[in-house]
Amino acid sequence: MTAVAEQGLRETAFQRFLELGFPTTHDEDWRFTNVAPIARLVGHALACPSHAVNCPLEAQPYLAKYAPFQNHAFVALNTAFFHDVTYIHIPRGQIVGEPIQIAYDSPSATTHPRTLIVVGPDAHCTIVETYSGAGAYFTNAVTEIVAGSGSVVDHYKVQLESSSAFHVGVMFASLGRSANFSATCISLGGALVRNEVSAVLSEGTDATLNGLYLVNGTQHVDNHTSIDHAQPHGASRELYKGILDGQASAVFNGRIIVRKDAQKTDSKQTNKNLVLSDEAVIDTKPELQIFADDVRCTHGATIGQLDAESLFYLQSRGIGKQDARSLLTYAFAQDIIDRIKVQSLKDSLERILFEKFHERDH
Amino acid sequence: MALLEIKDLHAAVGDREILKGISLTINPGEVHAIMGPNGSGKSTLAQVLAGRDLYVVTGGQVIYDGKDLLAMTPEDRAREGIFLAFQYPVEIPGVSNMYFLKAALNAIRKHRGLAELDAMDFISLVQDRMKLLEMDQELLNRAVNTGFSGGEKKRNEIFQMAVLEPRLAILDETDSGLDIDALRTVAAGVNALRSPQRAMIVVTHYQRLLNYIVPDYVHVLAEGRIVKSGGKELALELEESGYAGLGIVDEEEAVGKL
Repeated sequence: MTAVAEQGLRETAFQRFLELGFPTTHDEDWRFTNVAPIARLVGHALACPSHAVNCPLEAQPYLAKYAPFQNHAFVALNTAFFHDVTYIHIPRGQIVGEPIQIAYDSPSATTHPRTLIVVGPDAHCTIVETYSGAGAYFTNAVTEIVAGSGSVVDHYKVQLESSSAFHVGVMFASLGRSANFSATCISLGGALVRNEVSAVLSEGTDATLNGLYLVNGTQHVDNHTSIDHAQPHGASRELYKGILDGQASAVFNGRIIVRKDAQKTDSKQTNKNLVLSDEAVIDTKPELQIFADDVRCTHGATIGQLDAESLFYLQSRGIGKQDARSLLTYAFAQDIIDRIKVQSLKDSLERILFEKFHERDH
Repeated sequence: MALLEIKDLHAAVGDREILKGISLTINPGEVHAIMGPNGSGKSTLAQVLAGRDLYVVTGGQVIYDGKDLLAMTPEDRAREGIFLAFQYPVEIPGVSNMYFLKAALNAIRKHRGLAELDAMDFISLVQDRMKLLEMDQELLNRAVNTGFSGGEKKRNEIFQMAVLEPRLAILDETDSGLDIDALRTVAAGVNALRSPQRAMIVVTHYQRLLNYIVPDYVHVLAEGRIVKSGGKELALELEESGYAGLGIVDEEEAVGKL
């Protein structure tokens, strides 16, 4: 990409952002998430930037090819404003054992982190993306993943933004033939959060989407996922779990598309929510668009409270009521934590969760 | 001094009164069997003593070790030495048996002013008690009761009792769903825990369990009241003539005769 082409991309994206504007709750995709506070923070006096972009030459053919900004205001905004591209390239056949850690710590301003991960055919890697910061700010992240045929890619996003931060994080994954892909989204921080995971599968691709969201106080977390079975014999497994307390609210919207040619697709989606207070609100919606006729697609959503029977059982053994509540709440999240293959991440999340439940109850 | 004194206890679920005036005194070292047909209030009594808030106590008094039991939370009752072996042990996915038991034991020890057990001491205690119940060590690392067979769940209850060492153990239909081998093992575990300081209430529908856990006293419950009390021979009498012999309608017996 030459400087001219680069500026062209910017201007196109910026123009598109101006045309789209920030979404409102009249947009079906944003019905339950009001981004007016974000618009107020960043929306005034926007001018098309002209700074240089740090993006390696070899990455340029991929950049902005997988994250379409035509229909997504926040992707358009990111494409117009990002500075550096975090570019990770795993060459064909290479197996990277250690997880690759990417940490975005906000300098308390609006940032547009941009990540591009290109995994060659038959290569293996694990990526951990962490978002954090202090104070009030807006993080508008876009991650593009291209996974070659037969590759094995495990992606983890850990959202630990400050309690007054806004976070919109959008990930697009283009998955090759017989690739094995997993995306885990752990969303713990932020005042107003939108996590999007979008994966397009090829023939025989295996995709797993796991998520855990914890909201308390007046937090709002929206998880939108999209799994596009574009070709036959793909499999997808999705499990998102939410724990809601206080006056917090959360959204789960799981779209599954099975294209006309994607016969023998096997897809399962589950969303489970544990609601700990009377005032917390969850909106959960499966969105299945199935155009093939020889497929297996199941979905289910549950919303429940702590089980009185289980609480009594723990108490009857001498465990205090608050500790019993913490223990059961933690147990609810346990199967998502158990599926995390990066031990250091698993350990640190276990510690964070333990502290969160403990502080809430004491 | 009596360990437990139940005086004219009444309890209800919603508008329906289930316990209609139960009085019972239990001394340390005694084993009391409570028998009765389904729906007679046996399990309700067990749950009320453990503090289940599904039941509302509408009258009467329960004095445990000189204290007002009904004023205590379920966890405080456990810490004071009451243990209920559940008729239907609860499955708790995501909480390991080991973690659960350690949390329980240390909560009880703390209440009694004892130091928490460290990991090594805890493991050696647990291994010792597992042998008593012939339990598979692997069950310790599994989630509480999750995916356990009926027999494994019941064994796990008595195993917990062996670790927590209560002063008053209430066994709620611990025999139901057990095959004869499992019943023998569980009963042997219970018998090993009998001591002059510890009392037990054994709730059962059938006399069979009492062949293995021989009670000092037997009480027959019907429609929320104790209708007959006696020694262990009362259980044998019931075995021969059924609840009908005492003029008690038992649906299961009635069905059996059809």
